[in-house]
Amino acid sequence: MKTVLKTEKIDKYFHDPVEFQVLKDISFEVNRGEFLSMIGKSGSGKSTLLYILSTMDTEYSGQLHIDGQLVTGLPIDSLAEIRNEKIGFVFQFHYLLPEFTCLQNVMIPALKLGKYSEEEIENKAFEKLKILGLEDQALKSANKLSGGQQQRVAIARALINDPCIIMGDEPTGNLDSKNSNIVFDIFQNLTREFGQTIIAVTHDEDFAHRSDRIIEMKDGNILAH
Amino acid sequence: MNINNKIAKTYIFSNKKLTAVGVLGVLLGMSVYIFMNCLMVGFDRTSNMTVFKNTAHIRVYKDDEISKPLIKDSIAPYLIINPKIVPKINTIINPKKILQILKNDENVVIATPQVNTNVFYNNGKSQISGTAIGIIPEEANNMFDIKSTMVEGHLDHLIHNPNGIIIGSGVAEKMNLTTGDNINLTSSKGINRTLKIIGIFKTNNYNIDKIKSYINMPLAQQILKEGNTYITDINVKVADPETAEPIAAHLTELTGYNAESWQKSNETIVAAGRMRKIIISFVSFTILLIAGFGIYNILNMTVSQKINDIAILKAMGFKGNDVVRIFVTQAVSIGVMGVIGGVAMATVVITLLKKVYIGGDIGYFPINYESTKYLQGIIIGLVITFFAGYIPAKKAANVDPVEILRR
Repeated sequence: MKTVLKTEKIDKYFHDPVEFQVLKDISFEVNRGEFLSMIGKSGSGKSTLLYILSTMDTEYSGQLHIDGQLVTGLPIDSLAEIRNEKIGFVFQFHYLLPEFTCLQNVMIPALKLGKYSEEEIENKAFEKLKILGLEDQALKSANKLSGGQQQRVAIARALINDPCIIMGDEPTGNLDSKNSNIVFDIFQNLTREFGQTIIAVTHDEDFAHRSDRIIEMKDGNILAH
Repeated sequence: MNINNKIAKTYIFSNKKLTAVGVLGVLLGMSVYIFMNCLMVGFDRTSNMTVFKNTAHIRVYKDDEISKPLIKDSIAPYLIINPKIVPKINTIINPKKILQILKNDENVVIATPQVNTNVFYNNGKSQISGTAIGIIPEEANNMFDIKSTMVEGHLDHLIHNPNGIIIGSGVAEKMNLTTGDNINLTSSKGINRTLKIIGIFKTNNYNIDKIKSYINMPLAQQILKEGNTYITDINVKVADPETAEPIAAHLTELTGYNAESWQKSNETIVAAGRMRKIIISFVSFTILLIAGFGIYNILNMTVSQKINDIAILKAMGFKGNDVVRIFVTQAVSIGVMGVIGGVAMATVVITLLKKVYIGGDIGYFPINYESTKYLQGIIIGLVITFFAGYIPAKKAANVDPVEILRR
């Protein structure tokens, strides 16, 4: 199986208010099509690790490879391009742009990438919304939708550029159990049917145990994986 | 449409009130800037026009000289211990040659000789002291636009009537004279002449109207008991009055006579004009700057409001430059809308003010559509809006998405 993400000896320190090592010698690999959950108590460093994996946090030592490419030390603008093309994000709070319609929200990353024409992108975005069962909400303003629906739109947006990896920071953290189940099912479906790689940080034990693989963290170390 | 512009456009239209306030700020600043600067140009033009009705751009004349020792002695520098003005005739020697030199200079448009004489106007028992100016009518008209000030008679008649005189309206009023009447002139040399009034002029400056009159140059020379080479002044007109000062210095060197620019002989007016310029420039620029602050505020607010959007956009792969472009586009759009509105409003205000009658020698409100001031305002307005947008945009671009998303 192909490795899409690999970390080598990642260390990270917080300097404020006191010197503190958040991540200690983190090394692991993620294969294509894996549905990976990261769990651990608050302050275990799982979110910090996720933001390093996302390339948004660049203050760490060690090496990070995404899709076979070493991304550690690349300039900020190149990292932005990599994020745009290869990583999709789903956050705890949906973070849609409220002034845009759902369809436009889904289209934004693809328009930024600029690989396809606007028409093609629109068709694609509509397709993604359809997979998530939101085709009839497409032209509604993003802030008119329920929380669960918004999170699904956010997932559609994460999918629009057919990324290597989808990263979720507590993707179900703000949802009730019914909507959590829906989101989980969508993730599972994506890995099973489309071979999508998913890395999700979660507090939800149930969510984690139903995923393919769990990385449990404690005090900056990986306990088990 | 580029995605950055699309987002900028959405921000502009999603908060219409904020946008409207920003646009209104620029609109007002812009219109006041253009209006005040056009007003300034109008004022300057009117004030200059008033000056040039009586003053040549450059006056070339023979200045009085202080008596100097004949021998320069380093031991006793003051051979004359009580120097006085040398009693010389204030005439330009060989005026034809000097005139030719002046006319050959590339900067000179018109050069015309003039003879100033101090006279008494007599009519019956009443007597007024004044100045009769000997001119070559056509050339003097080109110089001072005398025709535009004529209220009675014609300047052209002076050419055909060697004993004619054109008097100021003040003189006419005081002595109860009209065109066709006779007036008696007594010169400082005691020559008496009776002349026929062929016209009356009115400059609306009473101090001039009550003493001044125009006569033919040969007549002026006669009543001074001088020959036809006697000339007290040569008036010079240049293409651009603003350049009169350096040209005057040049002409002083060229002719050896004193060439005095209008700025030098009207220092009060020039200084007042300069002060007006400083005040208006300062005030109008400040107003535009305040409009800039308005945009800066609005953009700052938008950035704070949209900090989540910015974080998510950066997470999705928007670069710092993209973010800058989004917000600068927003600022410049507000700026452009304001500038267009401001130009329109300034035009309306100027159009209305042009029709307001002030009176005196000014007449209608001295304002006009000055294209250079419009252009200047547009450029300054756009530059200010650009920077007013760029500073908050740069701040937005430096937002660390991790910090926002982890909150």
